[in-house]
Amino acid sequence: MIELAGLTKRYGEKVAVDRLTFTVRPGVVTGFLGPNGAGKSTTMRMMLGLDRPTAGEVRIDGRPYDRLKDPLTSIGALLEAKAWHGGRSAFHHLLCLAQSNGIPRGRVHEVLETVGLAAVARKKTKTFSLGMGRRLGIAAALLGDPRVLLFDEPVNGLDPEGIHWIRTLMKSLAAQGRTVFVSSHLMNEMAVTADHLIVIGRGRLLADTSMAEFIRRNARSYVRIRTPERERLLDVLHEAGVTVVETLGGDVEVADGKAERIGELAAQHRIVLHELSPRQASLEEAFMRLTAQTVEYHAQDETPAPRWGADRRKGN
Amino acid sequence: MRNVVRSEWTKIRSVASTVWTLSLALVVTAALGMLVSGLLRHDVGRLGPHQRLAFDPTFAAFAGMNIGQLAMVVFGVLVVSNEYSTGMIRASLAAVPQRGTFFLAKIAVATGLALAVGMATSFAAFFLGQAMLGPHRASIGDPGVLRAVVGGGLYMTLIAVFSMGVAAMLRSPLLSLGILMPFFFLISHVLGNVDATKRVGRFLPDQAGSRIMQVVAPADDTPYGPWAGLGIMVLWVAAALAGGYAVLKRRDA
Amino acid sequence: MIEAVGLTKRYGDKTAVHNLSFQVRPGMVTGFLGPNGSGKSTTMRMILGLDNPTSGRVTIAGRPYRELPNAPRLVGALLDAKAVHGGRSARNHLLCLAQMSGIPARRVDEVLGVVGLQDVAKRRSKGFSLGMGQRLGIAAALLGDPQVLLFDEPVNGLDPEGILWVRNLMRALAAEGRTVFVSSHLMSEMALTADHLIVIGRGQLLADMSVKDFISANSADFARVRTPDTEPQQREKLTSALTEAGAHVLPEPDGALRVTGLPLPRISDIAHEAGVRLWELSPHQASLEEAYMRMTQGVVDYRSTVDQREGLMAPPQPGAQPPLPVPGQGQPGWYPPPPPGAGGAPYAPPQPGPYGTPPAHPAHPAAPPVNPYAQPAPRPTADQGAAEPGAAQDRTAQERPAQDRPAAAPAAAQPSAARTDTEDAR
Repeated sequence: MIELAGLTKRYGEKVAVDRLTFTVRPGVVTGFLGPNGAGKSTTMRMMLGLDRPTAGEVRIDGRPYDRLKDPLTSIGALLEAKAWHGGRSAFHHLLCLAQSNGIPRGRVHEVLETVGLAAVARKKTKTFSLGMGRRLGIAAALLGDPRVLLFDEPVNGLDPEGIHWIRTLMKSLAAQGRTVFVSSHLMNEMAVTADHLIVIGRGRLLADTSMAEFIRRNARSYVRIRTPERERLLDVLHEAGVTVVETLGGDVEVADGKAERIGELAAQHRIVLHELSPRQASLEEAFMRLTAQTVEYHAQDETPAPRWGADRRKGN
Repeated sequence: MRNVVRSEWTKIRSVASTVWTLSLALVVTAALGMLVSGLLRHDVGRLGPHQRLAFDPTFAAFAGMNIGQLAMVVFGVLVVSNEYSTGMIRASLAAVPQRGTFFLAKIAVATGLALAVGMATSFAAFFLGQAMLGPHRASIGDPGVLRAVVGGGLYMTLIAVFSMGVAAMLRSPLLSLGILMPFFFLISHVLGNVDATKRVGRFLPDQAGSRIMQVVAPADDTPYGPWAGLGIMVLWVAAALAGGYAVLKRRDA
Repeated sequence: MIEAVGLTKRYGDKTAVHNLSFQVRPGMVTGFLGPNGSGKSTTMRMILGLDNPTSGRVTIAGRPYRELPNAPRLVGALLDAKAVHGGRSARNHLLCLAQMSGIPARRVDEVLGVVGLQDVAKRRSKGFSLGMGQRLGIAAALLGDPQVLLFDEPVNGLDPEGILWVRNLMRALAAEGRTVFVSSHLMSEMALTADHLIVIGRGQLLADMSVKDFISANSADFARVRTPDTEPQQREKLTSALTEAGAHVLPEPDGALRVTGLPLPRISDIAHEAGVRLWELSPHQASLEEAYMRMTQGVVDYRSTVDQREGLMAPPQPGAQPPLPVPGQGQPGWYPPPPPGAGGAPYAPPQPGPYGTPPAHPAHPAAPPVNPYAQPAPRPTADQGAAEPGAAQDRTAQERPAQDRPAAAPAAAQPSAARTDTEDAR
């Protein structure tokens, strides 16, 4: 469990994180979303005690980070930026982290096996590709078998097999009752990984809800119907007071209608249906709608891209 | 704390730069000392009796230390600033959030290693240098000689620790080396040898600290003895470490 | 139009790309997929004339890249976002490129606007984030207003708005009749962007077809059917009626049914005949990711394994969880091919059971009958930072089933044989 209370970070005039209060619960994968410059990375760094909050606090399983004994056994983190010495081997990198927290040496070999780097464990990490680097970071996060895990952009640089693996890993860690907190820019990836979402924009909390609720609230949902008896169906729907949004070819689309109700109506009137699917817009669409006001830059039409206003610090 | 020290030991032994800088310090210091001693062996015979008295065979063997100490500077700087330049600091501080413990352990391990190598360097330079001096050699049992040789090891160590403190303040390896290298190689010597600045110059860490390696005190008005000189150097080192710790404690990683 | 004919690249005795022939047509976005180390980057580099093919050839608009008159005006590429002099400002970087190929300076400001970097144009690119570097790379690719565009992992480091923008940009470029060739590891992104796919594995062509065909060829579609929640007997009735009609029916966790082997109208008719009312009848197509995984299984480097957590057992960790078995984690055999007539369950965990084939037989149709890992795999060296360890990695992956899953007795024969093979080789 991670608890944030009034967490604030100011850099001079600029407020990067503004009175964030939320709780990341165990047992589910919680996604952490926000446009560039929303303060995601700063928040994660404060969670790990790397940056000092201007005000407010973070508690990991009830304690401030620097009061944790052997913190790696409580919380493991994969940061987006590289966090190792390129001249050191993967094994030694993990070994020195393990030793600092009293984790036995055998565990280092184990996590190397787990992430699939055992064969290159003795190679200097500067020879690693982006994807291998991610795997090393994940190994470091798993090292202490922690109850709380933080992943910042975990799939960056991984190939599809790696992406699938990390997704399955995060879900299984959550299923074991651990707290899993993941930030990502890939909405389609988040949609299949996270159960719960925390969305921030300009350093402020925009949403703290379940994935289903988030999409339901911020995106269009509709029912798509196909039938050989289109006209009859339209009449029946009209009679029942169901508004039909769109009819393209043979398809009928009903907004905000319950599929159950339409199914019952069709059965009642003995109309054959060839399709009756409740559809939902994507997480991406929901996210775009919610953050539209908070993005500091905007694409006017499809050609110009958003400006880089906010994200100056991140490059370092 | 014991865990953190073990971890720092793993860190320090698992990078190539440690081996390179430390072995360079030893080899360069000893080799240059031998070379200079070898050259002096013939010159000493031609010196007048007055100059003969001022000849310090022990200090002659430490002639390589001027260059050798630069390798120690590089070692001290890299041990600390590599954490920042590679991003390792994020993993390190996430693992050991008690920054005081982290800093202490890192400095302790690096100092221990620097001390071992510094002593080895000093003794090697002394014995090899004396061997080259032949008839003009000093013996380790002569008065003040053992003090000078042990002091040489301490001097090398303190130079490294001073560099660690400076690197902790500046974080960037390039910036730290860019300041420390010319300082020890040039500026300190200029300040120490130009009359106008001599009074200030001899209180600089390397000038004050190197006094301990001299067995025959030079005829000048240096207001401190060998141990007091080393004490001045220790004060510099303590100040650098305090500054480094303050920066680490206060700033975001 | 990009055309490769018998393209082959060898590094010493390693074959990175083997006899590759394909065409990338204008007017659509063509996705270029393959696991790490499959030769994608090498192929891209050969297209751009950076590497010479060992044999075969690749042409753009009928000519090899190096023989193109004024190539930058015809071909734009985003290869590696880091290929920028860090000390130079974004604008100066683009200006250099523009001057080299006689493009007016005005165009530089234009493309900076297009990628949204106008505000930071004067800053040194050293301080750029990954996403900003990516935008700068895209700006460079667009500079000569080229007819042929190559993008390698274009959305890396971009935020959701940037991702959406790149997707729309690529589709718009293709709609203008340009040739757009994109490599990516993000299957969900590719599914939305690409019209056509070229898939390679171990340097060889695995597929060259439309996204739609690719998905249906490599996975099974199914229908989701829901009956009234209030009447469970309707569900039973429908299940038996459908099974009788030759469908494969599996229950879903939320109470719905997953039906394979029958078209939707037929399911509707059967329900009607059985007097079952339907609350949902929706077609489901498997994801591109799933289809891709099935196809490339067996040609992947760096496999991950289950976290054993035994190393932690030495001193008991207070509050630590007992190690639970983690299903579906990185073992060969996940994404099992659909059992004949069964349609298969995507993401089926590698457990023996009705939902998938047992993990003991990663019997991919394309996999050779003998252990494919025993021979040294062709591998590019330029493609990947450390391509070298890949072979050993495969070995680890192959060893796993024997070590991890002692229960899976039939598995023992093949993998353990594989182990001795490779150990002898060492």
